[in-house]
Amino acid sequence: MEKLLYFDNHSTTPCDPRVVDAMVPFLSEMYGNAASRSHKFGWDARAAVENSRQQIATLINANEKEIIFTSGATESNNLAIKGVAKYFSRNKGKVGHIITPVTEHKAVLDSCHALERDGWEVTWLDVDKEGIISLDQLKEALREDTAIVSVMFANNEIGVVQPIAEIGAIVNAFRAANKTSTLFHCDAVQALGRVAVDVRACKIDLLSISGHKMYGPKGIGALFVRRGRPRIRLEALIDGGGHERGMRSGTLPVHQIVGLGKAAELAKEDLDTGAIEKVRALRDRLWVGLQKELDELYINGSWEHRLPNNLNVSFAYVEGEAMMMAIKQIACSSGSACTSASLEPSYVLRALGVDVELAHTSIRFGFGRFNTEEEVDYALKLIVKKVRQLRDMSPLYEMVKAGIDLKSVSWVEH
Amino acid sequence: MAYSDKLVQHFENPKNVGTISTDPNDKEVGTGLVGAPACGDVMKLQLKITEEGIIEDAKFKTFGCGSAIASSSLVTEMVKGRSIEDAMSISNREIAKELELPPVKIHCSVLAEDAIKAAIKDFQQKNQAKDPS
Repeated sequence: MEKLLYFDNHSTTPCDPRVVDAMVPFLSEMYGNAASRSHKFGWDARAAVENSRQQIATLINANEKEIIFTSGATESNNLAIKGVAKYFSRNKGKVGHIITPVTEHKAVLDSCHALERDGWEVTWLDVDKEGIISLDQLKEALREDTAIVSVMFANNEIGVVQPIAEIGAIVNAFRAANKTSTLFHCDAVQALGRVAVDVRACKIDLLSISGHKMYGPKGIGALFVRRGRPRIRLEALIDGGGHERGMRSGTLPVHQIVGLGKAAELAKEDLDTGAIEKVRALRDRLWVGLQKELDELYINGSWEHRLPNNLNVSFAYVEGEAMMMAIKQIACSSGSACTSASLEPSYVLRALGVDVELAHTSIRFGFGRFNTEEEVDYALKLIVKKVRQLRDMSPLYEMVKAGIDLKSVSWVEH
Repeated sequence: MAYSDKLVQHFENPKNVGTISTDPNDKEVGTGLVGAPACGDVMKLQLKITEEGIIEDAKFKTFGCGSAIASSSLVTEMVKGRSIEDAMSISNREIAKELELPPVKIHCSVLAEDAIKAAIKDFQQKNQAKDPS
């Protein structure tokens, strides 16, 4: 097979070689347990861990004491939402209320569903066709028993960025005015290293971080837990030893943590040096090229409020899975029902109000640090060629070109 | 999706893509249009049928996943040279078996079977009207 191109950086990213180099010594040389206080093996491990804490804190403008390590952002999301909820229930002797958009990652949605089964009420915020929540709807939803508002910084499918600073301001103002304990949690997994994330400026209380989305290893993440008033209390999901200030027990995987820290440092560099703009240029290069050659292309979600590396586009009249098979040298993903085990099209696209037909034709490209112009140019040629071939095979494209309005046809569904 | 070699072959080199006739009143051609854009699967199958009721040519166009395209491509090969009765008896199970369709994609073979029946029905309806005797 000819070269394989990786344009699926929202799904995962390769480890940066510098991350790997930083991690390796901690496997067989400096393998001590960071909790061993009595010998050098332990001290070295601990020093490495604390260094990582600082690197991560720097990335989000936090203090290193506010970073706790987890097995990944899924765990961080679970810990933030369920941990806060459980403490709330125990402390107030009742269940409460959660607010979150319908377009969140499953780790957030399913955590909320789990709490619903325990009697918690959830307000599911809608998004407009740009993929952005209504600040008015948020304001109206806030109640004195709202324990947590969870809104992701940027969406993993469409890359759309929410008005996080405004949301933080609203939650803060509400909390102060009504003396509630409402907290603002932000899943920043897709945003880190791509756009600036500042927990102070955005008044974020809890923030989820993932290693493998920013050129770090899989299986490690972190949760930012703000210090200071009002104090954040959350109940640990995992007990046993009281590590991470009692919030997350378990021997720290030092090599993983070192990797995460290095990844965070490199992510900050991408932002500070403007290297991320090169990735934006690659994304734009593909999009401009596609528009020159093909008609009937539709961007899903806001173009303006979007991660610089994301391109989520519907190639009308060409089904997504067929498209991915046709451009098999390019690793990407689709919102088509045919690509999901449940045969349901992407719930994010549906929430935007994207026509179901177009949802089936959507492809998500996520560009990254290691992609090049040559790769984009090669991909452009391949995509254009295959879209044309598949449209030649498409009865829908044929009908549309003949002037038929597809919505007027009575389809014989099976 | 990890597909069988045969399926990949039909997808990468589909047989008989196209249109036989753009005239909906062409009595030698039966057209079956099945599925719906909302479902992500639409197949158009055209069959050219002789007076003796033998399918002499078949062409398809499909909007759908790899399994859907492969199923319809295979169908055009399966029906060529067959009588209408024979073609009507083609079951989705044969298609699914030949392509080794994964369980989640069996419905694509069902749609392909539906396409054959729809095309033949269209042909028969057009030709009933033609010959009152």
